[in-house]
Amino acid sequence: MTETIFRARSLTRTYLTGEVAVHALRDVSLDIQAGEVVVMLGPSGSGKSTLLNIMGGLDRPTSGQLFFRNTELTALGERGLTLYRREHVGVVFQFYNLIPSLTAYENVALVTEVSANPMRPDEALALVGLEPRRNHFPAQLSGGEQQRVAIARAIAKRPEVLLCDEPTGALDSKTGIRVIDALVNVNTQLGTTTLIITHNASIHAVADRVLFFADGSISKIQVNERRLPAAALTW
Amino acid sequence: MTTLDTKLRRDLRRLWGQVLAIALVIAGGVASLVLSTGSFRSLDETRTAYYERYQFADVFAEVTRAPKTLVTRIAEISGVAVVEARIAKLALLDIPEFPEPATGRFISLPESGSPLLNRLYMRDGRLPGANDLGEVLVNESFAKAHGFEPGDRFSATLNGRKRELTIVGIALSPEYVYAIGPGDRMPDDRRFAVIWMSERALAEVFGLEGAFSSVSLKLMPDAVETEVIDALDDMLEPYGGGAAYGRKDQTSHAYLEHGLDMLRNMSRTLPPIFLVVSAFLVNLTLSRLVALEREQIGLLKALGYFDTSIVAHYVKFVAVVALIGIVIGSVAGTWLGVYVTRLFGDYYRFPFLVFADSPDVYLLAALLSMFAALGGAFRSLREIVSLAAAVAMQPPAPPSFQRTLFGRMELGSLLSQRMMMMVRGMARKPIRAVLATLGMAFATAILVVSLFIGNAMEELIDVTYFMADRQDATISFAEKRPETVLFDVSRLPGVLAAEPYRQVPIRIRKGSRERRTLLSGRPPGADLSRIIDVDLRTVSLPETGVAISAYLGRLLDARVGDTVEVDLLDGRRRTVELTVAALVEDYFGIAAMMDSRTLSRLLREAPVANGVHLSVDDGKLDLLYEAIKQMPTVAGVALQRVSLVNFRRSLAIIVTTMAGIYTGLSIVIAFGVVYNSARISLSEHARELATLRVLGFSQGETMRILLLELSVIVALAQPPGWLIGYGLSWLMNKQLAGELMRVPLVVENLTYVLATAIIFVAALISALVVGRRVYALDLVAVLKTRE
Repeated sequence: MTETIFRARSLTRTYLTGEVAVHALRDVSLDIQAGEVVVMLGPSGSGKSTLLNIMGGLDRPTSGQLFFRNTELTALGERGLTLYRREHVGVVFQFYNLIPSLTAYENVALVTEVSANPMRPDEALALVGLEPRRNHFPAQLSGGEQQRVAIARAIAKRPEVLLCDEPTGALDSKTGIRVIDALVNVNTQLGTTTLIITHNASIHAVADRVLFFADGSISKIQVNERRLPAAALTW
Repeated sequence: MTTLDTKLRRDLRRLWGQVLAIALVIAGGVASLVLSTGSFRSLDETRTAYYERYQFADVFAEVTRAPKTLVTRIAEISGVAVVEARIAKLALLDIPEFPEPATGRFISLPESGSPLLNRLYMRDGRLPGANDLGEVLVNESFAKAHGFEPGDRFSATLNGRKRELTIVGIALSPEYVYAIGPGDRMPDDRRFAVIWMSERALAEVFGLEGAFSSVSLKLMPDAVETEVIDALDDMLEPYGGGAAYGRKDQTSHAYLEHGLDMLRNMSRTLPPIFLVVSAFLVNLTLSRLVALEREQIGLLKALGYFDTSIVAHYVKFVAVVALIGIVIGSVAGTWLGVYVTRLFGDYYRFPFLVFADSPDVYLLAALLSMFAALGGAFRSLREIVSLAAAVAMQPPAPPSFQRTLFGRMELGSLLSQRMMMMVRGMARKPIRAVLATLGMAFATAILVVSLFIGNAMEELIDVTYFMADRQDATISFAEKRPETVLFDVSRLPGVLAAEPYRQVPIRIRKGSRERRTLLSGRPPGADLSRIIDVDLRTVSLPETGVAISAYLGRLLDARVGDTVEVDLLDGRRRTVELTVAALVEDYFGIAAMMDSRTLSRLLREAPVANGVHLSVDDGKLDLLYEAIKQMPTVAGVALQRVSLVNFRRSLAIIVTTMAGIYTGLSIVIAFGVVYNSARISLSEHARELATLRVLGFSQGETMRILLLELSVIVALAQPPGWLIGYGLSWLMNKQLAGELMRVPLVVENLTYVLATAIIFVAALISALVVGRRVYALDLVAVLKTRE
């Protein structure tokens, strides 16, 4: 039996944006096993990103509890959350969020410098097939390449959890497939628990489980008996 | 080097324009403090060193003729350390190929050669031989003005007899750091000389064997000056003296003191304003610049960086920017300080300059700038770092806009949508808009106050030289003459009108406040030398009572109608009570004036004159000069036009140079502020602007929207800027006022226009530079990435 890595209980998140209260997450409870690939599907504003941000220690729920292994994340202070992000979590964003003034190599080094047991930045870049582009600045890389640098940056610290928010959202299908391939590859080689948010339903085939979100809650959970390789995807 | 440091280095390079602009604002503030304090301290230390090394005396007195035996008695006055008696007389000079009559102050050198007090700094040549009666030393500035070298000759009318004199040496004296001729307002090196010759020679010429006409004292450190002066006065009174004075009233010292006071007051007024303004602007700018980094800060948080490391990263960035500014400012300030020190050192005749080290000033300027810069960064960082990483990485939530007053008043329909964007944008962040406007207003204000100094000089020249003292020349006599001398003078060639004047040294007192000055008597209805009041109207002197400078009135706390006590220090010395009849707003000196007939009655003497003001036919000047040189009774001639030229050449140059330096620094500051405002505004609106471009707005239209906000802020900032500028000018005016000179509080309309024009030019240039970036906006990239 695999270990439960996340245990969420009745997570709720309400935002006040401007003058409107948005109920981004309503009473979500969920367990995630170590080494799983989980795909989160759902329309905009259905709560996927909010849950992912809370799991990544980037945001806090308004109420409810969240455990990472035996640590209650919802009870951690700012410093505790920072350490949690630093030691256990890698994040890939839809718009890459690379530092424009740093090269691909340096963007990865940004993380390896503050991690306990990182790989070499070149090693991480090699995992996403970008070693030859190590000295290029983000502006000199294509969108797919930038996203792969972001993945290299996320995995370089050998995180236990990899959280990806729309990693292919800004990419064409061919590039998107290469990015998914890189993610699956990391999962297979390092056993990293991987959560992927996407609008793209066809990606669900690479997952162990698929969570369907609607209106701030999980409406359906689909379990895949068999994971397909990324190369088999089309969209 | 960590990757964050690499980012720091690249960010500094990427933002070099803004970094430099902010650094220059800091540099402007730092330079102004370093330059003014540095130059003041250097000159102050130079003076102290000069006075100490060359034994500048503490108390001075003139007598008609006193026996040398008196010296021993003077030395016995409690508190006196050194006494030196000498002969000092004024005489007209006749210099080859120089038509204008010049005046020499002849001072005797003791038998031993070098004087004990007011010792000479020998620049060239040697002391005159004790037995060679035709050998003289001259002061350096006079020698330079005529190109004299040891061996050159000129002649002088000494006690009515013309004598050939040979220059054997060139010297400087702490007594004549500022050498000014009788009746003159400004030093004129060509027409005034200090000439030292052997005591034997001068005694023989003036019939003063075994006697002296001038005495200087050096006091013990614990001596009470006023007591020594009183005792000395009592002792000298029987010999035609009795008006001893301390350094405070010694002409050269008083002018030097005033010049240094002006410099010190300028350094205490303008640089703090500059520094505070630059600090404010830097604080404002860096706060906005850091706020733009919101997403990167969020990302660093998401990647697991501690808040402290993120704050440290931006603190480093800001510190480097501030450091660049501090270094530029210190270097520029030091350089300018040396320049100003030399300028002053040239104006005042110092034989050497001491450049003072002022580490405390650098430190103060650096700390204040650094503090302001970091404060600005912290203000933004505190807000952003406290956000959750996920929130910081998102664009700020759409701000809750409200229909502004314009909208509600249906004025909205009058404004275009673009105008509305700008109005709402500013209304949304009113504090930021107010601060930005205030910052720009300060930029205008420091320009106004810098330009004001130049204005004030012109007004001072206008009132003094063209409205009050309209004489072309002033003749002063060696000894007072009966008023009938007026007839002789009126008959001189070229003289169109002549007005006699009488001058008596006085002490004027109200309660415990006392000042020493000259009381001048003028004939009723004097037209050449007029008295102009605050409102620029001619004041006619009442038959009784005394008119005094408004500044003197303030010093004595005397108003019109008050009674003041006046010690008349000439002729039959008496103390009289006079009513203040008028306060005169004048710019030079502290003066007391009264009707000459009343003055004669007070002095119980027949009408006499110390000199005559003349109006002269320009075409006959040379004849007049020739005639005056033949008049043995004349000690000196002051020429108004020459005085004005000298004024413009010397003091005005210094003041306008200082004003120019400050104007330059304020232009730098203004430019830095405007440029940064434009750049940051562009970054803040990049997405909006790119969106407009995508919606089909042309590049020009987009740029106009960007510049609309800038121009509105610049325009809104002008009226408060003028107001603050006027306030700062008022402050400067109060700070610069002294007993020897005051500047009028006149800020001309042109000054406001000029200040505003400079700001607009800065805005225009910034707009052009920043505008190029609008053309370069990468639409797709801006819309896809970032927010």
